[in-house]
Amino acid sequence: MSSFLTSSFMHNIFGGLAQGVIFSLVALSLVIIWQSTHVLNFAQGAMAMFATYVGLTEIGRGVGYWWCVLLSVVVGMALGGATERVLIRPLYGKPEINPIVVMVGFLAVLEAVATSIWTSTARTIAAPFSQIYFQSHGKLVLLSPFIIFQIVLAIGIMLLVAALFRFTKLGLQLRASALAPEVARLLGVRVNRMLTIGWMLSAGVGAIAAVILASGSFGLFPTDMDGVFVAGFIAAAVGGLESPIGAIAGGLLIGLAEQFILAYWSPNVAPLGGIIILVVALMIRPQGIFTKSVGRRV
Amino acid sequence: MIRVDDLSVSYGAVKALRNVSLEASPGLITAVLGANGAGKTTLLRTISGLVNPVGGDIHLGDTSLLRMPTEEICRLGLAHVPEGRGVIEELTVEDNLRLGALASKVDIAEGLEAQYAQFPALGDRRKKYCATLSGGERQMLAMARALIAQPRVLLLDEPSLGLAPQVTSDLMKLILRLCESKNLTVILVEQNAKGALRIAHNAVVLHLGAVVASGDAQTVAADEDLRRYYLGLVE
Repeated sequence: MSSFLTSSFMHNIFGGLAQGVIFSLVALSLVIIWQSTHVLNFAQGAMAMFATYVGLTEIGRGVGYWWCVLLSVVVGMALGGATERVLIRPLYGKPEINPIVVMVGFLAVLEAVATSIWTSTARTIAAPFSQIYFQSHGKLVLLSPFIIFQIVLAIGIMLLVAALFRFTKLGLQLRASALAPEVARLLGVRVNRMLTIGWMLSAGVGAIAAVILASGSFGLFPTDMDGVFVAGFIAAAVGGLESPIGAIAGGLLIGLAEQFILAYWSPNVAPLGGIIILVVALMIRPQGIFTKSVGRRV
Repeated sequence: MIRVDDLSVSYGAVKALRNVSLEASPGLITAVLGANGAGKTTLLRTISGLVNPVGGDIHLGDTSLLRMPTEEICRLGLAHVPEGRGVIEELTVEDNLRLGALASKVDIAEGLEAQYAQFPALGDRRKKYCATLSGGERQMLAMARALIAQPRVLLLDEPSLGLAPQVTSDLMKLILRLCESKNLTVILVEQNAKGALRIAHNAVVLHLGAVVASGDAQTVAADEDLRRYYLGLVE
């Protein structure tokens, strides 16, 4: 057993999962927005980065780590809600390309503003978990308390989101607003409010991904989330943009693929992992692996 | 009570409603009849705030519904069962019903209980996804989902569409019973003029967006010209 845990195969599994949960969170946040407003939010990563800078390093100065995490999520949610109200709401009913262009622009603005305020050097904030790997009989197990924390936090957030959508009145109204906005309105659901809440939730989930990056040994820098966004976006596309489970699975898959390519091929081509999975998935199931094959009425 | 005054609606250059006026009172069924494209659905959608009129006014009691968002109109006690029933297929029967109760002050558990008592078939299928329901079951669900909020006004858009004759006949009887027992103001849009006139107290006939006849249902039903030219009721 212990030799199994220290095997290079398991090293790659742990490393891949640790990376994958970050992609999964971003993918999940993209799916939440896609489902509620049919917008592909290209600024998702940058919004998370910005919220985390504000929460972890700016207003979070001097307070404990957990307060910082909470602040980042709250700032992220506020930013998400404001973005929907100010930038996205005027674009409903307009061509689908409009919100994409606006959000790509918003991405550039957020990164530029972050760089000018906080410079482009990485910032870290120490999580109260050791980054030192466990050992078994003198050999390393590629797991540290921090990696366990990162995986547990991500899974906890996913379960929380799932429970919110599945079991609460708010979740029911969010689902109805996404599935059938007109019917929801006829039943008295305040759909516009639900769309704003959807963006808030999504941005809060995204912020957690940036918080994990900022808590790790390499820290967070203003363009750090670009690569994570691409992986998360591919994960959401592979899983099927309609499926939260698919997005999460897609994220884990890409994390693992990148890790194995890194280990057995070359670190330089690791980001190819996501692209390869995307190409294969688009060839086999272009509608997404987890999407049920039902037609959409238009 | 619903009062529609001089209502006009345009879709671009197309006039969908021309100066339509009607009144619907509590405890009575007002049937809105006419062929395809007569403006029946547009009338209901305008009352619900889904379509903005270019002229005229709509009152629920003393409150003007003009420019009011659909969800707020619903919260005033107006339930609209749309054409095609609007059952959300990806949700379970129970979630559809709960959704109907959320915006009202009704206790959800009690509301569910009452609807399952009224529609036992729905109780048996409460955990089933609505995609698996038959047309008749969907209509039942749509009715139950509208009634669970205990509305004062019920707008029904072609409830008989796609239903077998026996199911339609049972449904019409149910609508009449609900209207009288709960003192509901019912506006019933139907292409099936025969079935609708059998239960309606009043009737309005629309043709190309304008009212061509209105009055008590028996008078409308007895009018040979209306039957022949607008209602398709000549054997």
